[in-house]
Amino acid sequence: MNGRPALERFLRTDPRDVGCEQAMEMLHIYAELMASGEPAEQRYPGVAAHLQACGPCGEDFDGLLAAIHGGAP
Amino acid sequence: MLVRIAQGEVARRGPWLRITGPELDDLAHQAAADALVAITGKLGQFRGESRFTTWAYKFVIFEVSAKIGRHFWRHPTVPLDAEDWDRLPARFGADPAHQAEWGDLFAALRRAVDTELTPRQREVFVAIVLNDVPLDSLVLSLGSSRNAIYKMLFDARRKLRAVLAANGYLPDDSPRGS
Repeated sequence: MNGRPALERFLRTDPRDVGCEQAMEMLHIYAELMASGEPAEQRYPGVAAHLQACGPCGEDFDGLLAAIHGGAP
Repeated sequence: MLVRIAQGEVARRGPWLRITGPELDDLAHQAAADALVAITGKLGQFRGESRFTTWAYKFVIFEVSAKIGRHFWRHPTVPLDAEDWDRLPARFGADPAHQAEWGDLFAALRRAVDTELTPRQREVFVAIVLNDVPLDSLVLSLGSSRNAIYKMLFDARRKLRAVLAANGYLPDDSPRGS
């Protein structure tokens, strides 16, 4: 393992990425679309790109999806 | 209901945290209380684009994130200003046994970090990439926002990739060569 693939993935940026502020603003809408099986990534590609690249926002998205699905005890 | 959601979220994240037991439950209760304040203050901003509960849960999740970020500094794994560059290859899964394959690449990356990034971009890169400081924790220590730190790292990543590609260390697959 030479580390090159992981480094390449990390350094690759998506120009559609909307950033944290807009993704957090849209998160409830995006998560609800996703939970109901709607094509959220197609409707909001910039949010999708951000959630793939940003660990903290991706984690918040996973948490919100879990809450929607009743993942809380 | 907010406490239940907060407890669910801290339990979901629990395996990756160095927080357990009563402290974790306390964090959930604090997050739920602060989320209630946020929700109350932002009620006028709810536009019905999702169910109300989904909108409200979002603030619980955000509060859990913020509190976990704050908790990191109670037991930091590494000083914020530490710079152990020998750790860089391992952060990307490079095997020390194959140093001949990656030595030049990571040496070039380090040079680019030193010569191409602004002091603030370099500081963010070192903290997050080299020292594994969670982004939300760095936000607190720099008195910044998640968006600002992410944007700084985003610009640093783009700059570093361009330099490594221009010098033949990574493929240049930019459609516009930018």
